[in-house]
Amino acid sequence: MRSIDLEKTPLRGLNESLHQLKDGTNETEWEVLNPRGQHAVAVGIDAPITVNIRGPVGYYCAGMNKQATVVVHGSAGPGTAENMMSGRVVVKGDASQYAGATGRGGLLLIEGNASSRCGISMKGIDIVVKGNIGHMSAFMAQTGNLVVLGDAGDALGDSIYEAKLFVRGSVKSLGADCIEKEMRPEHHEALTEILKKAGVNGIKTSEFKRYGSARKLYNFNIDNADAY
Amino acid sequence: MCGIVGLFIKDKALEPRLGELTAGMLATMCERGPDSAGFAVYGAPKSGEAKITLQSPTPDKDFDGLAKAAERAIGGKTKLEIKSTHAVLTCPADKADAAREAIRAEFPNVRIMGSGEAIEIYKEVGYPTEVAKQFALAKMSGTHAIGHTRMATESAVTTLGAHPFSTGPDQCLVHNGSLSNHNNLRRELKHDGMSFETANDSEVAAAYLTWRMNQGLNLGQALEKSLEDLDGFFTFVVGTKNGFGVVRDPIACKPAVLAETDQYVAFGSEYRALAGLPGIENAKVWEPEPATVYFWER
Repeated sequence: MRSIDLEKTPLRGLNESLHQLKDGTNETEWEVLNPRGQHAVAVGIDAPITVNIRGPVGYYCAGMNKQATVVVHGSAGPGTAENMMSGRVVVKGDASQYAGATGRGGLLLIEGNASSRCGISMKGIDIVVKGNIGHMSAFMAQTGNLVVLGDAGDALGDSIYEAKLFVRGSVKSLGADCIEKEMRPEHHEALTEILKKAGVNGIKTSEFKRYGSARKLYNFNIDNADAY
Repeated sequence: MCGIVGLFIKDKALEPRLGELTAGMLATMCERGPDSAGFAVYGAPKSGEAKITLQSPTPDKDFDGLAKAAERAIGGKTKLEIKSTHAVLTCPADKADAAREAIRAEFPNVRIMGSGEAIEIYKEVGYPTEVAKQFALAKMSGTHAIGHTRMATESAVTTLGAHPFSTGPDQCLVHNGSLSNHNNLRRELKHDGMSFETANDSEVAAAYLTWRMNQGLNLGQALEKSLEDLDGFFTFVVGTKNGFGVVRDPIACKPAVLAETDQYVAFGSEYRALAGLPGIENAKVWEPEPATVYFWER
């Protein structure tokens, strides 16, 4: 296992070492010590490795991640796993604003709470939050799944496209063009799969409600011309 | 952008380290606001004494003889402690207004940064660690402190444009964000007798809270009202003689992290600001909710 102490190694040194790794590397286990809230820790990895970060991180941790498993043993700042492509990012604590923003694939698991704008403009990522999410989450979310075991804040799914939102607790309010939808068998199946992938056990899919697009904002409506 | 730090000490044993800890926190926020910095430090108030923090672009000329001139004007004893471009004038509390008037009249280059029983305010254009060093922040002690690193958006990079803003006795405010209704609000507050030193939006927020507290509201109540009357982006951290408050606008774009232990409450724009505090590993650390007032009083 490679262990890198950010008290001794500059952040750029860590990220350069991670970027040199390719498919088939033998250096598959990494540990990062003393992140102390630094930004951009373990961003842009493209190799099937595991990185354990011991402590809280700042902005953009594990952004653009491909293939790797990145585990933050602490809380994470804004933009965690932003534009993630594949792999798995786990935050053991809470995540700040816009976690998983624009994510295209892979799984982001937040074991605590996520704050506002979680999954904003998500494009294929699966996000599972064990706690609550803040306001304006899944704003303009295009594809992928956002699963919340706790409650959602105001304006969930505002201007949403085809992402699927599953919320187990309460939703403070729905955003424009977001509505509650029926949980059909295929949704129970898909949700079961995601929960399994996230390692969440003992929770029934029947406890969730599904939210998605009413598809009323897709095209320009001439009746709204006065609004412009 | 801008960076904010704040430390409100609950355990007396930590009071001698207030300046040192605040300086450490401020240093982590340089990237968020490299153009100017400032801080308010609340020391132990002495009964019957008032402190007036002054600033001058030509301290050698202005501060020489200022204490004597103030004594002549108020007919009482004063003490002037000079720290670089700033100086703290201590005088009898009942003579503080007279001292302020005399300074305004006789020393037109000297600016009054703030006054009260406990507060001292220092702010300058420059890199935050340099500003902290200039005033020996690390050596200061006290009960609570609020610091700011500025990346200017709404008004010029000047000493007076730096934060904190103090618009009432022992009050100060720092702001990350920008207000959109500050011009109108400034007009309304002027109409009600408030005065302004700058064209800065944050000063309007400070004056607004002072105006509310003058109406008899406590800090928490004044902050609640600010959510109704201020429009724009803001994370505010506010100090009073014995209080420390935090509020974010309902959209809450501007970052904020709070931490609390038995020894202190700490605020940082980012976790980095808190990482060096004693016992942070076991502190309760959370992101303040949008449109929610947090405040502590001793």
